[in-house]
Amino acid sequence: MDLTALAGCLSSAACAVTQVSTGLIIGMLLFLVASGLSLIFGVLGVINFAHGAFYMLGAYLAFAAYGLTGNFVAAMIAGALGVAIFGAVFERVFISRIYGRDVLMQLLLCYGFVLILDDMVKIVWGADYKMMGMPDSFALPPVFVAGGPVPPYYIFMIGAAVVVGGLLWLGISRTRFGKLVRAAAHNPQMVGALGVNTKLLYASVFGIGSLLAGLAGALAAPVRSLTPGMGLSILIESFIVTVIGGMGSIVGAFVAALLIGLTRALGAIGFPLFVDGAMFVMMAMVLILRPSGLFGRQV
Amino acid sequence: MMRPAREETTQMIDSKRILRRRDLLKSAGAVAGAAAVSSVLGAPSIARGQGKVIRVGMPTILSGRVAILGESSRDAARVAVERFNAAGGVDGREIELVVRDSRGQPDEAARVTRDLVNSEGCEIIIDAEASSGAFAVHEVISDLGVLCIHTCSETSSLTADPELHVPTAFRAARQGIHDAVAGGGYAADLAKEKGLVRWMTCSPDYAYGRDNTAQFIEYLAIFAPEIEIVNQAWPKLFEPDYTAYVTRILQVKPDAIYSALWGGDLVSFLEQANLYQVFGSGTTLFSGGLADPPIVNALKQLPPDLHSVFRYDPDYPDGEANRKFHADYTALSDTQPTNWSWQNFTAVQFMTEALKRTGGDTDGAALAAEVKGMEVDSPFTESGTITMRADDHTIVGYPVAWGRSIPEPKGFGNWVRGDWGEILERETEWKQRQGYL
Repeated sequence: MDLTALAGCLSSAACAVTQVSTGLIIGMLLFLVASGLSLIFGVLGVINFAHGAFYMLGAYLAFAAYGLTGNFVAAMIAGALGVAIFGAVFERVFISRIYGRDVLMQLLLCYGFVLILDDMVKIVWGADYKMMGMPDSFALPPVFVAGGPVPPYYIFMIGAAVVVGGLLWLGISRTRFGKLVRAAAHNPQMVGALGVNTKLLYASVFGIGSLLAGLAGALAAPVRSLTPGMGLSILIESFIVTVIGGMGSIVGAFVAALLIGLTRALGAIGFPLFVDGAMFVMMAMVLILRPSGLFGRQV
Repeated sequence: MMRPAREETTQMIDSKRILRRRDLLKSAGAVAGAAAVSSVLGAPSIARGQGKVIRVGMPTILSGRVAILGESSRDAARVAVERFNAAGGVDGREIELVVRDSRGQPDEAARVTRDLVNSEGCEIIIDAEASSGAFAVHEVISDLGVLCIHTCSETSSLTADPELHVPTAFRAARQGIHDAVAGGGYAADLAKEKGLVRWMTCSPDYAYGRDNTAQFIEYLAIFAPEIEIVNQAWPKLFEPDYTAYVTRILQVKPDAIYSALWGGDLVSFLEQANLYQVFGSGTTLFSGGLADPPIVNALKQLPPDLHSVFRYDPDYPDGEANRKFHADYTALSDTQPTNWSWQNFTAVQFMTEALKRTGGDTDGAALAAEVKGMEVDSPFTESGTITMRADDHTIVGYPVAWGRSIPEPKGFGNWVRGDWGEILERETEWKQRQGYL
């Protein structure tokens, strides 16, 4: 523990800006993955254990598209949209067969796909480490905010995650589609009885959730090394975010992801050997004091 | 709108009733555990020889995040095996390499090794497991009594600790204590020359990362007592995001960093550090793994004057044998050669030479008697040879050079050879301190 160092850092504008922006960087990617996980669970009642593998797939698709086109926007679209389509098909062909079954079936099915996707990635792209590289438009020196450096790409990444999160919130709370989604989450039988194409609705929700994971992978591709199996670590942290924020809550995922990001960023200065411990303590506290999560409701 | 899928929606309601927070937690734990013990099942691979063959088993890691360890080990071994077979084998007997995936799990490595010998007729084991698996294989070999050459474990105690000694087990791989002495000496010289006083470490938080870092710092401090360790960061193994550690470096502002990060973790760390322009502005890096060609290739930007121990370089030593190895390897492999590649190639050299000397007799004790103290020609050393030391069954005289990064074309150069006289002297002192002598 070095809380003096942490206090010293927070009292310096430069250090505080650097560490808080670090928390946002970590948190926003986590938010994208966790919000997809949360959305799928909230509406479909499915715990998508393959969500980390979807994140990996998004990163590799972006890497491939960037290699082919040299265009960063094309890479982002390929990563996000490719995984969205894959997710929708995955829901229709496989997940739809296990609705109502024991959670163990979900685990077995999704984990099977984790193994398959990891192997597919290895067969297609090889076992080597891959790096998409920073697009030229972002290969710039860091911007200094109050003396603290923040890389331009990270500013873009935070902005993109906030915009996508905002659109997701607006889409769910302000549109007809959002009403249907919320209604399906609350009473799917009634929604079906009213003539809504629930199959399409479920596939769309799963696709959007997958899109968020794919987009997170695509955004991470320029700054994180790509390897088969890279989705596991982010999946575990996403589960923590989902538990803290509340299952099914997008706002909860946002707040919890920020909490985790800031814990890691500030913990690296103040309590470097207890960062993971702090995250799990936070999760345990939420489970004891508010079992449904900060913004969740009992399902 | 299509008709509602009533059955499906009813199932959805049932599904939600079943799922509770506890289910999520249990399942999350289960998936984390399952993933930790098993990554991806890699298909077994057999490099077939012809006619009457000597089957050589290779347990290794062909799946998950470190699959490149197994692939680059297997492919280098194939190069050596193919050369041996092309030269007629021994008394007409060729070698068939039987490669199996342990998925990086020690218990699986032990099981696979037993199966290779007991069920698949392998008479020799080339153990291309990382350290945790190598110790498990080592124990199995003490029961089976076949010749085994470990090729990827750098943990010194595997062969240095006399309590672990197995008469038929050898190591054809670099080891931590040798690198620590060579690296400590190299870094100390530069510390004195460039005034690198404030040091920080950033290494993965598991046994290898901590041991490797402690040994490097120990010898750096012996050779340059004026240095000061101002901070130590321990990101977890396979950490995806190093931003928090990078910004910590910015706060600490060390003169130099030592890192035992390796593989994809090292690539991520450097790329994320590059965003903050950490290196090239007063801070330099000493790395135990940066000079591996796949890592250099993966990096989009390699800052100048970073330091790394030799892993593999097709231009060092600059010789025909090394170039031929590189050409043969890249002709059959999808990956660039790694540190594990030259080690596996060397292991097969020891094995095939021993087979020649025994006339094809694969008895473990007979082969071990030949490997003990053996010297083989090597494309990877300036002296042109590598020796299997007789008393503790580990190689010496292998490349322990340190070099500097060159941004364009990306690579390493200016190799400074390690002083094997100094290394062996310090190793003896270390063994005495450990109670091994």
